[in-house]
Amino acid sequence: MNALVPLVVLVPLLGAAATLILGRSPRIQQLVTIGALTAALGISLALLIIVDASGPLTMVVGGWEAPFGIVLIVDRLSALLLVVSAIVLLAVLLFSVGQGLADGDNETPVSIYNPTYLILATGVFNAFIAGDLFNLYVGFEILLVSSYVLITMGGTEPRIRAGTTYIVVSLVSSILFLASIAMIYGALGTVNIAQISVRVEEIPADVRLILHLMLLIAFGIKAAVFPLSFWLPDSYPTAPAPVTAVFAGLLTKVGVYAIIRTETIMFPLPELNTVLMVVALLTMVIGILGAVAQADIKRLLSFTLISHIGYMILGVALGTVAGLTAAIYYIVHHIVVQTTLFLAAGLIERQGGTTSINRLGGLLKAAPVIAVLFFIPALNLSGIPPFSGFIGKLGLFEASAQVATPMAYVLIGAGALVSLLTLYALARVWNMAFWRSADEVKDYDSTLLTELTEAPNGAVMTAKRTVPRLMTAATAGMVVVSLSLTVFGGLLYGIAARAGENLNGPTRYVEAVLPEEAR
Amino acid sequence: MTISLVLIGLMVVLYACGIYLMLERSMTRVLLGFLLVGNATNLLILTMSGGYGAAPILVGGVESDDVSDPLPQALILTAIVITFGVSAFLMALIYRSWRLANEDVVYDDADDLAMRSRSIISEDETEEETVSDTEFGEEAEAAVTAISDSSDAPADVQGDGRDS
Repeated sequence: MNALVPLVVLVPLLGAAATLILGRSPRIQQLVTIGALTAALGISLALLIIVDASGPLTMVVGGWEAPFGIVLIVDRLSALLLVVSAIVLLAVLLFSVGQGLADGDNETPVSIYNPTYLILATGVFNAFIAGDLFNLYVGFEILLVSSYVLITMGGTEPRIRAGTTYIVVSLVSSILFLASIAMIYGALGTVNIAQISVRVEEIPADVRLILHLMLLIAFGIKAAVFPLSFWLPDSYPTAPAPVTAVFAGLLTKVGVYAIIRTETIMFPLPELNTVLMVVALLTMVIGILGAVAQADIKRLLSFTLISHIGYMILGVALGTVAGLTAAIYYIVHHIVVQTTLFLAAGLIERQGGTTSINRLGGLLKAAPVIAVLFFIPALNLSGIPPFSGFIGKLGLFEASAQVATPMAYVLIGAGALVSLLTLYALARVWNMAFWRSADEVKDYDSTLLTELTEAPNGAVMTAKRTVPRLMTAATAGMVVVSLSLTVFGGLLYGIAARAGENLNGPTRYVEAVLPEEAR
Repeated sequence: MTISLVLIGLMVVLYACGIYLMLERSMTRVLLGFLLVGNATNLLILTMSGGYGAAPILVGGVESDDVSDPLPQALILTAIVITFGVSAFLMALIYRSWRLANEDVVYDDADDLAMRSRSIISEDETEEETVSDTEFGEEAEAAVTAISDSSDAPADVQGDGRDS
């Protein structure tokens, strides 16, 4: 059974190698990519079932016993996130295949896109199962480097410009992460996560605080937590629609995952919980205020992404099992819903030729299917019952109410307010792009006309107005997945609760990784 | 345990210069800064491994005190490889940016500027604002025009003409 653990990384990596060899025949390449991700999804599902039934699986790479060898570990949290990421990666891949089939692969050239995409999957999976801080760093680097390629795909000027911001910020966070690994090794003599948690109580409190802070800042940049979130809305919207969707769904959540590991296993003392609560509050409120001011759907969604990271940080900052449970459920919900919204934005862009709500109109009549595919996740993200956003937020508010400090009540209020503002921001998109009729759009001809005359392939723009079935189907599939988060809410919340229970103190994790004498 | 003061001094200087360079607008300087900061971090890892001067090889008859910790060195090797790959990508990016815009300067985000001036639709204004924001500033403009006049190719020809 333990052999399944490295397979989840190996399968996409070998798939990437195969797709590189098959660069000449794009259709076979696509089949290999789909096959590799389907296999990864199957393995993740198997892992989730096994781990949920019989506890964490570990694998020591190279045969050296922990804490000397490189440990891979899958517990309930990792397994759950593996399954969700595999689903999202597969759906977005199908979306981009649909787009590529229709456009002649201009937006996402298959020969580069598919291997890079698989390597991105490798990095995400590797980060989720790393039991070693340095291996986590390597996982981050794998996914970041492939994300650099994906975000600058095509090499047009706006993408290079947006990519530059993204890449430089990511480089800084990577260097900071590496420096904190060096400091942790200097202070504790190990990079094994389980051993760090054993030894962390032996070092002076001030040293521990510095190490803790360094790690949180490095992960905070990746997770786009305020005030380290400035880079996200500048870089995500310009990338191709499927790339933005998968980035928004997964990359920031890997950062949140690392923060959960930091808070529950490596530095389980509640010394920074108040700081995290303030950060969660600011992330939620300032993120959503940014979203309210935006006129571009993709930028608006990027701001809601930042804002909702705040909810997850809130769950972690509470430091209780209930808080962690709600945070884990919220991560799953948010990965699915945010990806779906970005895919729907991609469909809107295809249908309307733009994502600016000032220039869109009459989409409800022109494309009722897209309207439904946007409307359901929009309500879901705003936390309207019975969707999963409501369940997640309710769980978070309940957990905060159990903690019952003044700060926790402030956070409940802010959470409710942010939820309403999310509804407002998305309802504005709905009203402008879908609800009003096309002839209400001011400057309709002037802006579009200049764009058409400036664009060298103006004829193609009009030809693009049909949306390929596979793209719609992939988005619809994601909407169904987001609905199933409610339908199977009890089952999922049960897994999340058991995962949260496992993270209540580092003992379970340490027992799973380290042999008796090394604890 | 003894720590080499020279290594620490070198690390401090590399960090300081690297961070200074990374704050520049020119991407080439950011790249150089990244290289310096990367090497400074490698030195930090090396310093954290404790004593210095010994090889990380355990052979028969050697006391364990005479062996330095091999793990940080393995970490450094990995970090060097990653830094190498990322710098190669950055150079490709800089080259691409140079080919497209004849500049390798990081701009302010157009949408942020539009938001600041509260005019979302009028993109012409923001366009002007970003273009004037180069690393040279006003006073170096004369020199730039002089160079571009003297060179054979006009300045707005894509790419190659601007090497001088």
